[in-house]
Amino acid sequence: MKLPYSWLKDFTDIGIETISPKQYAADMTMAGTMVGSWDNAADEISGVVIGTVTEMERHPNSDHMWVCQVDVGEAEPVQIVTGAWNVHVGDRVPAALHKAKLPGGVTIEKGKLRGVASNGMLCSLKELNLEERDVPEAAIVPAALLNDYHPLDADKPSIPADIQPGAKVFGAVVAAKALRVESAGYGRFALTLDAGDKTVEAETGCSNIHTGDLVAYNTKNGAVLTPDDLRAQQAEFPHCIRDGILILPAEYAGENGTDVCAALGIDETVFDFDILHNRPDCLSIIGLARESAATFEKEFHLEEPVIGKTEGDIRDHLSVEIKDADLCPRYCAAMAKNITIQPSPKWMRDRLRASGVRPINNIVDITNYVMLEYGQPMHAFDYKCIDGGKIIVRRCAADEKCTTLDGQTRALWENTLVIADPTKAVAIAGVMGGENSEITENTGMIVFESAMFDSVSVRTTSRRLGMRTEASGRFERGVNSEGCLRALKRACQLVEQLGAGQIIGGIIDEYPNPKPVRVLKLEPEKVNALIGADVPREFMVKTLEKLAFTVEGDKVTVPSWRDDMEGTADIAEEVARYYGYDKIPTTLLTGQTTKGGLTQRQKFSRLVNEACNAVGYNEARTLSFMSPKAFEKIGLAEDDVRRKTVVITNPLGKDQSLLRTTPLPAMLEVAARNYNFRAQSIHLYEQSKVYLPKLDDKGNVDAEQLPEERTVLVMATYGEDFYHLKGCLEAIFTMLSVNVCEFAPCETNPSYHSGRCAAIYAKGDLLGYVGQIHPTVLKNYDIGAELYMAEVDLEKLFALVDKERYYKPIPKYPATTRDLAVVCDDKLYVLQLENEIRKAAGKALDKLELFDVYRGAQVSEGKKSVAFSLELRSPDHTLTGDETDAIMQKIISALETAFGATLRL
Amino acid sequence: MKEKLEQILAQALDEIQAAEAKEALEAARVRYLGKKGELAAIWKGMGQLSAQERPVIGQIANEVRGKIEAAIEEAGQRAAEYEMERKLRRERLDVTLPGKKIPIGKKHPLTTVLDEVTDIFVGMGYSVAEGPEVELVHYNFDMLNAPKTHPSREPSDTFYISDDIVLRTQTSPMQARVMEKTQPPIRIIAPGRVFRNDEADATHSPMFHQIEGLVIDKNVTMGDLKSTLETFAKTLYGEETSIRLRPSYFPFTEPSAEMDISCFKCHGKGCPMCKYEGWIEVLGCGMVHPNVLRACGIDPEEYSGFAFGVGLERITLFRYKIDDLRLLFENDERFLKQF
Repeated sequence: MKLPYSWLKDFTDIGIETISPKQYAADMTMAGTMVGSWDNAADEISGVVIGTVTEMERHPNSDHMWVCQVDVGEAEPVQIVTGAWNVHVGDRVPAALHKAKLPGGVTIEKGKLRGVASNGMLCSLKELNLEERDVPEAAIVPAALLNDYHPLDADKPSIPADIQPGAKVFGAVVAAKALRVESAGYGRFALTLDAGDKTVEAETGCSNIHTGDLVAYNTKNGAVLTPDDLRAQQAEFPHCIRDGILILPAEYAGENGTDVCAALGIDETVFDFDILHNRPDCLSIIGLARESAATFEKEFHLEEPVIGKTEGDIRDHLSVEIKDADLCPRYCAAMAKNITIQPSPKWMRDRLRASGVRPINNIVDITNYVMLEYGQPMHAFDYKCIDGGKIIVRRCAADEKCTTLDGQTRALWENTLVIADPTKAVAIAGVMGGENSEITENTGMIVFESAMFDSVSVRTTSRRLGMRTEASGRFERGVNSEGCLRALKRACQLVEQLGAGQIIGGIIDEYPNPKPVRVLKLEPEKVNALIGADVPREFMVKTLEKLAFTVEGDKVTVPSWRDDMEGTADIAEEVARYYGYDKIPTTLLTGQTTKGGLTQRQKFSRLVNEACNAVGYNEARTLSFMSPKAFEKIGLAEDDVRRKTVVITNPLGKDQSLLRTTPLPAMLEVAARNYNFRAQSIHLYEQSKVYLPKLDDKGNVDAEQLPEERTVLVMATYGEDFYHLKGCLEAIFTMLSVNVCEFAPCETNPSYHSGRCAAIYAKGDLLGYVGQIHPTVLKNYDIGAELYMAEVDLEKLFALVDKERYYKPIPKYPATTRDLAVVCDDKLYVLQLENEIRKAAGKALDKLELFDVYRGAQVSEGKKSVAFSLELRSPDHTLTGDETDAIMQKIISALETAFGATLRL
Repeated sequence: MKEKLEQILAQALDEIQAAEAKEALEAARVRYLGKKGELAAIWKGMGQLSAQERPVIGQIANEVRGKIEAAIEEAGQRAAEYEMERKLRRERLDVTLPGKKIPIGKKHPLTTVLDEVTDIFVGMGYSVAEGPEVELVHYNFDMLNAPKTHPSREPSDTFYISDDIVLRTQTSPMQARVMEKTQPPIRIIAPGRVFRNDEADATHSPMFHQIEGLVIDKNVTMGDLKSTLETFAKTLYGEETSIRLRPSYFPFTEPSAEMDISCFKCHGKGCPMCKYEGWIEVLGCGMVHPNVLRACGIDPEEYSGFAFGVGLERITLFRYKIDDLRLLFENDERFLKQF
């Protein structure tokens, strides 16, 4: 919400001259109305003054430039060269003098233009960061000057280059030479033209004609033609453009040499507020003025708008019926006749522009002005377009359409609230007016609407139609139904003030269920208990009164625009923000102490991080989303349960439309990214959340139930081998005190290399996988390295933590170490051998370690040699050689029986 | 003879003095003290002396022997030291060569900061609550007093799974879940992932993290909230940090505030970091709204409390002066190794 300071001043004078915009912004912010920024358009402009052109001559070395002498209030005029053609002697123009600064950081320097000194620059609207709507009187209409004609095809000119006065251009249009050009006031010019055989007088709004120019003159109606009239392209008349120097209209007062910003009304400090959602009343100049006055303890004046002389009675012209009062609690209407549509006055345009609203015409500007000032959206209808003089507020039927002001025909949903006459919808309530009742130049009688529409209804409609307007935004946040009438009167007052029309007597006010007055209880001790301060009751009362509450005893009557006030907590906030949050003393929390601390599971999660870090892995954090394409990319079968996912109905994009059921895709993407960054190796892990939806009886996702959320440890590395990652996992398990994990070959996981993948089990339960990622999957992610990954269910792992860790005595008797090498089938897994050895050796086996696996010349084809180191020990004596031999023999026979393995000699 | 002995002594001492290595000393010992050594020769010649001379010369010879032995002993120690010196010199390493690489992994910067924040509050007697990331609208909005028209409910802000289920947009639903189940006193923080319908850019991500704080007890005041947040800010950003509360609005707190901290870069003087304000916005907070307490079955007449919500990314970016939020989720290992 933008607040031009001059507008604020209509209601309260906080004396910004003495407290600086910065201080104002800071104090408002600390009192709860946050100023995001402030700005003064004039701050960007300096050294641009009003000047009057006293002499003009054509540039000796240019076909399009003019050399002007400009009176800028000094003894000597300033010579300025301009390329614009709309300047005439006597015009008042913005003159940027040497060293002047313009918006966008432009500095003007004196210099020479084609050999002629130019001591500044005459400015266009654009150069001052303005547009035509801001100064409609300065609109430029160019005539087609035949001496500026540049044929598109040099060989086939439409107009001969040497065309003489009186020569025919086409039809009744002839070339004519300007002998005299004089201002006729109000942007009109009187011309004397040499039309060849005769001299004629003509008048035109075209501002680019000077003595000596050749124009196209219509001998039938006396008009001077524009390039558009000639159906010419801009390139054919490159200098006859709708742009040029800003010629200051007479009402823009100011002496030569005075600053142009003041005259243009852009020397205005505008504060931009970030209005909190619970304070829609502050989406108005008046609301902000009230807060400002309270913050700076100044008077706040708000007068009831007064309508002067009226004629007739509105009831003779109009009736209003609210059919759906649930969506439209109040509808007020007023009327005016004898409307003259014209630009609104400069002061109004200036304020609208400063507020970020484009001026349109006096009636539309009035509705916008009142909306900004009072926070009440207004609408104006052309009365003649309301059939039968009857306005009906109703829900629309299923097949209704409405063509809105922006010219689009919109199909409406059933139950959209519309403003209608007996035959058609004329507006979409609270969102946008209809084209069929738009204010146009031909509007003679108008109806002003000031109504309150239900916020949810307006919100739904504006969303569905994709139309968010200043009005709909305000209705959505909540408009005060008690404010409708006052705003309507203000609009009528402005119609009178602007001389835009004649107000018709009376106001229609349909308000079936007036809003109840809200009364709260003031309990100072409770307020203080909540904020933890000792604010005197008097201060509380004074603060509330400043904000237009009335306090009688312990009864606080809430002003109608403060729907956010519900109870003591709200009163406490009003008091606290004016008392000063910074003045509340800091106190130490008293009361019962609480135990606090982390749960075992939370500690476990930290331990997982420590363990992964200890084996050299860096923690990654990825987003929880997954792309539907990921299933194919990681090779999941059609019926893989991981394809059943939680689906986001309004995702940012297809690639982020699912919640992941597997941690693989996100980590693969991370690996791919690092591979692209040319990382030689990576060591990454994440405690990754997966979201497993609840399935119904048929196995379909039940979107009405919350999914199960589990955490999975996912690790990824390249530049290492399988045994590195497996070793890391084993070390991590040890650090986590999980001592029951086993690795079994797994050939069926589609994301992994079938010969290089192990499933991880504990007590028969599957915990996860470790292995090399399948080459096809790697290709899908454009990873050119052998990537190894592991995934382990952390919830399961946590359940396996060995909580009973007790001391085991250090062995008293030495162990006997024996090596054992056997030759066996190459396909046999070492785990099978190990299990058999353990079984055969029994308790005596203290330690079993693989130290070599050999294939090659020394063993026959299809066989391998596997060598272990065994430590045998008895707790009660040193094993004898015979005892040891017996155990070893038992092992060897067992291996032979089980696998046909033979001792390697 | 006496002269001869003195000559031997002088000669031996010179030689021993000059000997650096063990071998040279041994040679000297053999030459003077050995069986065929110079002193032995003297003893042999002793027979030719008179009975008067013999004990005198014998005593001198013994003294000479003693002196030579002592000198050899002393020189032996010296030689051992010299040997040690040589050995050490031989074994000299270039200690400027890099150490053997022990792989060390790092926690994600978000985790580091989260653990730190958690420890601050755990130290103050807080527990850590957890809750679902896929959450019911009931907890994410309704129980938190969010008006039906609140813009945060819009699909342009919130990811919807169904009409009643969303990806939680804040950690605040955990407040409601805890209050519903627990009677005061309550002191919890609730960290976690949250989701908003925002395209990723330098300051936004569709998924980020918040840390929620909630205290409910008898007689809890805004003053208590201030002191708690002050402790938090000083622990995280240093003792010299000051805080200020600025009025704001959240549906589930009343009064509500934004907490700013004095800029840790310029200490309030004004710099690009704090946009020349001297203050940096860090978190939203306030006194728990009576409607929220009531909805959770806690009597607002008896209990009051405060709540706050910190953006973990925000404080992490400040902490490490990271200028682009996307770096946190890009997981470039060169980035992750830095923390």
